Amino acid sequence: MKLQELFDALFPAGRQITVAGQVLTGQAMTPQGPVAVLGTTDAAAIDHRMALALAAFVLDTVEQHPGRPLVFLVDTSGQALSRSQELLCLNGSLAHLARCIDLARRQGHPSLSLVTANAVSGGFLSFGLMADRAYALADAQVRVMDLRAMSRVTKIAHERLVELAASSPTFAPGAENYRRMGGIEAIWPAPSAELLAAALETAAQARAAGDQRMQSGLARDGRRLAAKVADAVSPSMPSALA
Amino acid sequence: MSQALVARKSWFEATARARLGGLLDAGSLQEILPPGEAQPSPHLAALDLPGAFDDGVVIGRATLAGRPVLFAAQEGQFMGGAVGEIHGAKIVGLLRRAVQEKPAAVLFLIDSGGVRLHEANAGLIAISEIMRAVLDARAAGVPVLALVGGSCGAFGGMGIVAKLCSAILISEEGRLALSGPEVIETVAGVEEFDSKDRALVWRVTGGKHRYLMGDCAGLVDDDIAAFRLAASEFLAGWQEAEPSLGELRASQRRLEDRLAAYGALRDGLQVWAALGVAQPESVPMLDRDSLVALKEGLPT
Repeated sequence: MKLQELFDALFPAGRQITVAGQVLTGQAMTPQGPVAVLGTTDAAAIDHRMALALAAFVLDTVEQHPGRPLVFLVDTSGQALSRSQELLCLNGSLAHLARCIDLARRQGHPSLSLVTANAVSGGFLSFGLMADRAYALADAQVRVMDLRAMSRVTKIAHERLVELAASSPTFAPGAENYRRMGGIEAIWPAPSAELLAAALETAAQARAAGDQRMQSGLARDGRRLAAKVADAVSPSMPSALA
Repeated sequence: MSQALVARKSWFEATARARLGGLLDAGSLQEILPPGEAQPSPHLAALDLPGAFDDGVVIGRATLAGRPVLFAAQEGQFMGGAVGEIHGAKIVGLLRRAVQEKPAAVLFLIDSGGVRLHEANAGLIAISEIMRAVLDARAAGVPVLALVGGSCGAFGGMGIVAKLCSAILISEEGRLALSGPEVIETVAGVEEFDSKDRALVWRVTGGKHRYLMGDCAGLVDDDIAAFRLAASEFLAGWQEAEPSLGELRASQRRLEDRLAAYGALRDGLQVWAALGVAQPESVPMLDRDSLVALKEGLPT
């Protein structure tokens, strides 16, 4: 889908979004009021420059528009793979981005992310998965690694992985698997202003509730162990923001 | 051979439990969910792979120099310390416990390649949960101190987690990065990153480089007692600050300036020269104390 079509579908009431070097930033109008929009496009491999551009925009929003909801549009193939990027501690810039999003949350900004095309490992961890809730379009690719690469690394036959993936959501790529495990809140058949409005309607509540992904994974029968193990270690309420 | 050398116990070579035994006050260690009360990963069993009752991470409470701490120690010798569903949930549970109990610190002995591919989706979500739980613990005023010096380093999502902690203490042998050199070589070619060139790998991801660049707060000898001393000294002088816009703005400026200054460089030798190190080629040979002295003399 073309970027402008995506914007038209999500923000029919108007938006002003700039795209520079695969990073998009701007503002849009919704029935719930103005929202800050940021993200990446064309399966961006997140590097220092992109992470810092997104982080700066989050900090600007915290400073200039207290409490304004953040809408993340996620299209990332993961992290940039290069020696110069690692030399300057790419994990450090991704952590900085995650900390900026966390600051926004603590300062009262609800956030939601929508995976529009691809969401892969490090790029997804530091951005889309840091939102209070993540959503994905039905045809989005969400994964750590595809099954052929996984077969090479783990030395387990590809056929065997395909067979197991049919019954277990634990390792095979796919937005639906992430939904069942609680990592993605819901799957949208297509980008839609109505679905966005409904998600924004509950965003403040999601922010206040804290990280509920383990409970969702348990309720959806996709991640049966995590919530019980964490509760056994810390036997009271899960973390919630004050 | 001096007494000190005889007594030295390598952190790099030790198991997670041996590291904990030497790091924490003798007799103070209480494991939470010890192997007798836990189950191994059913996801590994489904793939006919052997599991571990602790799923590769030891968690619990103890004291360090008399102060109460919680700890999580990843076992690099089991599945490369990688994070699966149970492994991750134990760490998240421990960090949530820290929010309630307010110990003097959480000690996070990281030794991990990141997501456990055999449980890839569960591992990725778990690391995301760990990220948020680390920041929750810090926001509750509990410092989270990362100790990195194991054979698996801190890579992938665990490299991000390490950089979310209050500080990182690392040994020269420790490595901290996002993508492993093997992954970069496979995707981008041996000209981009020769993963068999160990000296190069250390100049890009190793403890000395990360310390010189300010990405790690302390450089520690590969010695369990040295980690103990450095961790207790660090915590004695550390007050966890509330997350603030001012601090993140300052961090943003530092990272932007650094990218502008060094973004085109490809080897530690080049960055160290640009930092003002007079003889960058000598850095790999320096011992810990000499390197710390060298960093103190650099213009900042």
